[in-house]
Amino acid sequence: MLKVEAVSKIFSKGSANERLALDNVSISFKESEFVTVIGGNGAGKSTLLNCISGTCDLDKGVIILDGEDISFIPEYKRSIFIGRVFQDPLKGTAYNMSIEENLAIACGKGKRRGFGAGLKKSDIKIFREAIAHLGLGLEDRMKQRVGLLSGGQRQALTLLMATIAKPRLLLLDEHTAALDPYTAKRVLDITREIVEHNKLCTVMITHNMKDALAYGNRTVMMREGKVLLDIKGSEREEMTVEKLVLHFGVNSDRLLLG
Amino acid sequence: MTAIIYGTLELGMIYAILALGLYISFRVLDMPDLTVDGSFVTGAAVSAVMCLNNYPFLGLLAAMAAGGITGIVTSLLHTRLKIQMLLSGILTMLALYSINLKIMGNRPNIALIGSTTIFTAFKDTPDESNIKMILLSAISIIVLVMLFLFLKTKLGFAVRATGNNECMASAQGINTDFTKLIGLALANALIALSGGILAQYQSFADVGMGIGMLVVGLASIMIGEVLFRLKSIFGLLLATALGSVIYRFIIMAAIRFGMPPTDLKLVSAAIVVLALSVPAVKNYLIRTRSRLAAVNMKRRKESDA
Repeated sequence: MLKVEAVSKIFSKGSANERLALDNVSISFKESEFVTVIGGNGAGKSTLLNCISGTCDLDKGVIILDGEDISFIPEYKRSIFIGRVFQDPLKGTAYNMSIEENLAIACGKGKRRGFGAGLKKSDIKIFREAIAHLGLGLEDRMKQRVGLLSGGQRQALTLLMATIAKPRLLLLDEHTAALDPYTAKRVLDITREIVEHNKLCTVMITHNMKDALAYGNRTVMMREGKVLLDIKGSEREEMTVEKLVLHFGVNSDRLLLG
Repeated sequence: MTAIIYGTLELGMIYAILALGLYISFRVLDMPDLTVDGSFVTGAAVSAVMCLNNYPFLGLLAAMAAGGITGIVTSLLHTRLKIQMLLSGILTMLALYSINLKIMGNRPNIALIGSTTIFTAFKDTPDESNIKMILLSAISIIVLVMLFLFLKTKLGFAVRATGNNECMASAQGINTDFTKLIGLALANALIALSGGILAQYQSFADVGMGIGMLVVGLASIMIGEVLFRLKSIFGLLLATALGSVIYRFIIMAAIRFGMPPTDLKLVSAAIVVLALSVPAVKNYLIRTRSRLAAVNMKRRKESDA
């Protein structure tokens, strides 16, 4: 469903700091595939996601979603069929607006944003139910500003906002990296539940190798702008964190640290 | 005295519309739009010229339209040509100086004495004496309510989200270039409306009347925020409008106490500095107090020993 074909991305082209962030990457993701992406800092994981979401322009190659070339579609238009959660919990929500207003904006994705009521009474009930599902007790705080929520609550809300309008693709860029281990696990479990429930094609970047193998059904490892390893099925089931380290000579312990 | 109070109240309501416009750019969109000093005069100039041609009401609509265009120009400079927001506003403001002169037929000012304005249109009605107050409160209340309703629409939500978090807005499929354009157009349309009404109210439009309007509007917003501490959107809009009225009373009082009118801009700037420094000063006081407490504690311990 999503095909990345021979994509290259060069940062600071022509300057002394020129860096090849993506080196002729080709990879495709199938429907209801939950892919975890690992790799050290500067491996090109985030750049790959940014190229897919349209935050970054490509230098070479094409990106095809469901047979349609989306390489030149602006970011905000791609957002209509791509849901995103960022690493920074502050980035995914409008802090000065209430939880229900945030959800209303997410729900309006792809529809005309005209002079109709921003928040309809009938929607409030649906939002309440959806948010009760997260199990964070936020359903009683619908009218509160999102700025008052904790990082974990915000990420869970962002996750709900990213998926409420039924996108075709969900991109998670280290969305639990800023959370404490307990909250991170909670948000990851919510992620799994939402992804499995909606059968969403999901690409999740993580720095935690254990999570990379525990969640999802396919794992991709990147290094220096290239895909180094791409495993699924039985091969992936037999894979352990230790083997990952041994086999692919991960020269940094950072990946092991949750 | 009553006449002065009435006059101050009326001026406060005219400037309330300016403050509400600024509220959209500075607070809702969180964009420092400096077009203000130019678009205010554009509104006044268009309105004055239309009055000379006997179209006072249409003149206000035309003023709004012209103001909207100035906002669109600023937003396009910023979003399309990637010029910094502050500079975009300054450039438009500068260009508007020449354009405003052109609108006014290359005269630095237009006097409307004897021509029809929205206030003279109701000359022979029973409410003639109160007509200014009635018209101005009607217009400012309508603007306030319409603005509130707008911020509650889907488009209004999109504009608010853009000001809150642009990253989130584009991730939610909002074209932030468009929402900025809408916001700045609306802001400057209101600012121009305010200028247009003022020109008709004082029967006078001057190419220099926009100087410092940005600060006047900001002062009103801040007075409203500091005094009323309201949190809801309607509350914040109302506080901004009331802030504008209070600001006018402060100025009126200052003049009554013998301040020369030429010091007006100085006082406006001082009010904004005062309002902006409240958090810093408060912080400083708290820190000094806890430091003093710590020093006292130490001294007491030493004397005990």
